[in-house]
Amino acid sequence: MTEKNLGIVETKYLTVGNPPDELKLESGEEIGPIKVAYETYGNLNKERSNAVLITHAFSGDAHVAGYHEGDDKPGWWDNMIGPGRAFDTDKYYIICSNVLGGCGGTTGPSSINPKTGKSYGLDFPLVSINDMVNLQSKLIDHLGIEKLLTVAGGSMGGMQALSWLTKHPERIKSAIIIASAIKHSPQQIAFHEVGRVSIVSDPAWNNGDYYGKEVPARGLALARMVGHITYMSDKSMMEKFGRRIRNVKEGHKFNTGFEIENYLHYRGSSFVERFDANSYLYITKAIDCYDASEGKNLCELLQGIKAKVMVLAFKSDWLYPKYQSKEIVKACKVAGIDTTFCEIESTYGHDAFLLETEEETELIKHFLAKVVQNG
Amino acid sequence: MLRYIREIEFQTICDYIKEGSSVLDLGCGDCELLSRLVKNKNIKAQGIEIDEKKIYECVKKGVSVLHEDIDYGLSEYKDKSFDYIVLQQSLSEVVKKPDKVIRDALRVGKKVIISFSNFAHYSARLQIFLKGRTPITPSLPFSWYDTPNLHFLSISDFIKYCRERKIKIEKKTYLGTKRKAHFLPNFCALVGIFMISRE
Repeated sequence: MTEKNLGIVETKYLTVGNPPDELKLESGEEIGPIKVAYETYGNLNKERSNAVLITHAFSGDAHVAGYHEGDDKPGWWDNMIGPGRAFDTDKYYIICSNVLGGCGGTTGPSSINPKTGKSYGLDFPLVSINDMVNLQSKLIDHLGIEKLLTVAGGSMGGMQALSWLTKHPERIKSAIIIASAIKHSPQQIAFHEVGRVSIVSDPAWNNGDYYGKEVPARGLALARMVGHITYMSDKSMMEKFGRRIRNVKEGHKFNTGFEIENYLHYRGSSFVERFDANSYLYITKAIDCYDASEGKNLCELLQGIKAKVMVLAFKSDWLYPKYQSKEIVKACKVAGIDTTFCEIESTYGHDAFLLETEEETELIKHFLAKVVQNG
Repeated sequence: MLRYIREIEFQTICDYIKEGSSVLDLGCGDCELLSRLVKNKNIKAQGIEIDEKKIYECVKKGVSVLHEDIDYGLSEYKDKSFDYIVLQQSLSEVVKKPDKVIRDALRVGKKVIISFSNFAHYSARLQIFLKGRTPITPSLPFSWYDTPNLHFLSISDFIKYCRERKIKIEKKTYLGTKRKAHFLPNFCALVGIFMISRE
C-alpha cells in the first residue's frame, strides 16, 4: 500500500466549560470557559468505533500531521498519520488536541482571563495530566464518541494515555504508551527544575506578567537548550554534530562555534517564537507531579481493565529509560492485561519516539488491527 | 530433519493444551506456536522473547508479546497467572538459570510444558565414545562454536530432576527421527516433551 501525506489540514476550536459548568480541576479549583484547539483527520465510521486520540508531548500541539496552509513543515508526527500510515486515515478517525495549560490554541496562562480581560499569567490554576485528559474527554463527548479505539502518545503523551487507562478505562479499547513513565524520577524533575529556574530568573519574566511586554526570551531559550540535551544521546550528538565548527561570529572570545552550540542556540531562540514561558512552567509542573499509581501499586489500579496495552521504549533514551517503561509493563502483566512491549534499537535518545517511525509503524499498525479484530 | 521434528513437536504441544486456556510461551520466537494455538484452540496467548526482530513478527501475527528476558520476565507474574507455560527448546537455548525458571514456571502456570533435545541420543553417545567429538545430531545440529544451546541435558537427567524436586510428570512424548520413540527413550529419542505440574 502506498502511504502518503494528508495535505492541507486546519485547526478547529471548541469551547467547553461555560459557567456554571466549569471544568473541575484536581486541585479543587475550577476553570471555564475553556477553548480547545484540535485537529481531526479521516472519517468517523457509522458505529463510531474507529476513533484514535493522539496525545502530544510537552512542547507539541494539536497539529500532529499534514500541512497548515502556507507552511513548509508538516505536523509533529506526520510520518505516522495519513493514508496507509501507522494511524491510517483511510481506516481510522484521528483526533489530536492541544493540552490544557498549553499555548497552541487551547486555554492556558497566555489566554485572556474572562474575569479580568487580561492574560491569566500566574492567575491560571495549576493543572495536572489527569485534568488535561478530563478536558480531552469533553472533546470526545462533543465529537459523539463513547469509546476510543486507542489513545497513543509519547513522553508526556504517554502519561496521558496512561491516565486514560487508569481514569477512563471504560472509554478506551487500547492504549499505546511510548517512551514514558508512571511518574517522574528525581533526575527528570531536576532537569525540569533547571528549565523553570532559568525562566523565573529572567527579569523579563516579571512574575509571569509579561504579556504585551518584553517576553522572558533568554530564560525560555536556555530552558529549551537544556531540554534538547536531554532529548538526544551521546551517540546521536556525535553522529549529528561531532566536533565540527561552523559560524564563528564576531563576539566574545568563548564563541568557538561548535555545531552543537549553534544547534542549541537555534533551538532555544526558535522555541521562544512558538512557546509561552508560563506554559513551560505549568506543563513541566504537571508532568513532574503526575503519578499514575497515586502513591499505590499501579497494578491495583489496573485490575479488571479490559483494554489492551502496547508499551514502547528506546534503547538510547536516558531521559525516560527502559526501566520506567518496564514498570508500566510489570503493572499491566500482574493485573492480567493483554500487553505488548518492545524496546526499539535506536541511537536517537528520547527524540527517538518522533524519529523511529518505521519501527513504530510496524508495531502500531498490527497492534491496531488486532484491537479492531478483537472488537 | 530438524524442521520435521519441530513440526511434530508443535503438534504434540498443541495436543497437550486445552481449548480456550491461557498460555505463556517463554522464548516464543516468532510466535508460530502461539498463533497456531490462537487459531486452532482459541487460547489467550502471551509471549516473552528477547530478540527485537522476532517481536515484530509476533506483533504482525497479532500475538501479544513482551520484549524481555525470560529469567526476569517470568518472575514478575503472580501465582497461577496462566493455565500453561511453554518452554519449547528454551530451557537449553535461552534460559540462564533453568532450575529457577522451572520453579517460577510451576508457580506462575498451572501446568508447564517443556521440550528439549536429548543429549544422550545414541548418535551423540557414539560420537563422543568413538570419535571423542562434541556430538552433532539431527535435533542438535550445531558445532560447539555456533550452538545456541547453553545447557545440555538428557531425558534421564530431566526425569531425575523431576523426581528429586517432587515434580509430577503428567504427560510425556519422545520423538525419534521418523516416529515416536518410546522404546529406550534416553537412547533412542531425539526430543523429549514433558507436561509437568506441582504435586
